[in-house]
Amino acid sequence: MLLQELASRLQEGFSAALVRTAEWRGELTVTVMRDRLHEIAQFLHDNPAMDFDYIVHVSSVDWPDDEERFEVVYEFYSIRKRHQIRLKTRVPESDCIVDSLTDLWRGANFMEREVYDMMGIRFRHHPDLRRILLPDDYTEGYPLRKDFPLRGKGWRDTFEFLDETAR
Amino acid sequence: MGLIQIGRHDKDGASDVIITTIEKAVNWGRKGSLWPMTFGLACCAIEMIAAVSSRYDMDRYGAGVFRASPRQSDLMIVAGTVCRRMAPVIRKLYDQMPEPKYVIAMGSCATSGNIYDSYSVVQGVDRFVPVDIYVPGCPPTPEALFDGILKLQERIMLKPVFLKQPDQVKPRLKV
Repeated sequence: MLLQELASRLQEGFSAALVRTAEWRGELTVTVMRDRLHEIAQFLHDNPAMDFDYIVHVSSVDWPDDEERFEVVYEFYSIRKRHQIRLKTRVPESDCIVDSLTDLWRGANFMEREVYDMMGIRFRHHPDLRRILLPDDYTEGYPLRKDFPLRGKGWRDTFEFLDETAR
Repeated sequence: MGLIQIGRHDKDGASDVIITTIEKAVNWGRKGSLWPMTFGLACCAIEMIAAVSSRYDMDRYGAGVFRASPRQSDLMIVAGTVCRRMAPVIRKLYDQMPEPKYVIAMGSCATSGNIYDSYSVVQGVDRFVPVDIYVPGCPPTPEALFDGILKLQERIMLKPVFLKQPDQVKPRLKV
């Protein structure tokens, strides 16, 4: 399906939920409202004309000066139809939570965990929302946020050794 | 090696009796057959691979047979940046290696964390494994790694064989 066609189909069904639609160098980017994200994703997944069966990536961006500070970015691809779409949604810092898409694409599981680990955005109804790259007991915050210090956070004297007698 | 030659063969003058200490003989054998572990973490590993290749030929020092299992090796070359989640794995591999065992911290990252003073990087592997030789460089050339191996061989010659060594090694790392 052509990108313009994709964009107009979304515009028909969800005109109230779309914030912005942009096309650049053959890539379609749709910014949607946070409350309608899961609904639109379900449409993209289930509708046979859309048929987005593969979740390429979930990532996040920090815009520290904006009112809605964080942006969650999803990339979907259709292996059969060979078209691609990028879905974005904005999250304020005070209410840092998005609906999880793990019920539609199971591949979203680890990638949403990574977003949670690095940026601190939580996912509603995620089956196993734990840290994935950092240790479970890491308490110093979320390293990819812009206000996280760039240096001085290296691992120094934080290694605990097991008691040899308790083996 | 400290060989003392007492006596020569009558015909060609070749030595026929050699005296040395068992300690020196054992250490000489050990230093000439180091068995490194196949273990690379980052760009330093590329230089380590080059060091084993035919152009540089690490086998000259008896350290060319890289084993794929820690249980068959006695030299761990930590080549690259060590992340926090990798540290317990490295420690586990080190614990699996049979004694006597040696560790070379290859490159700035393994030695000190290099410029990566960030949330994920361990500031030097000597925080959780005992390191014998530090090789500087980013990454070190194969020649620099060879210098480290030669220095390690010098060190092995000085190690006591029959005395029980002091147990400086800390117990296993908590994950």
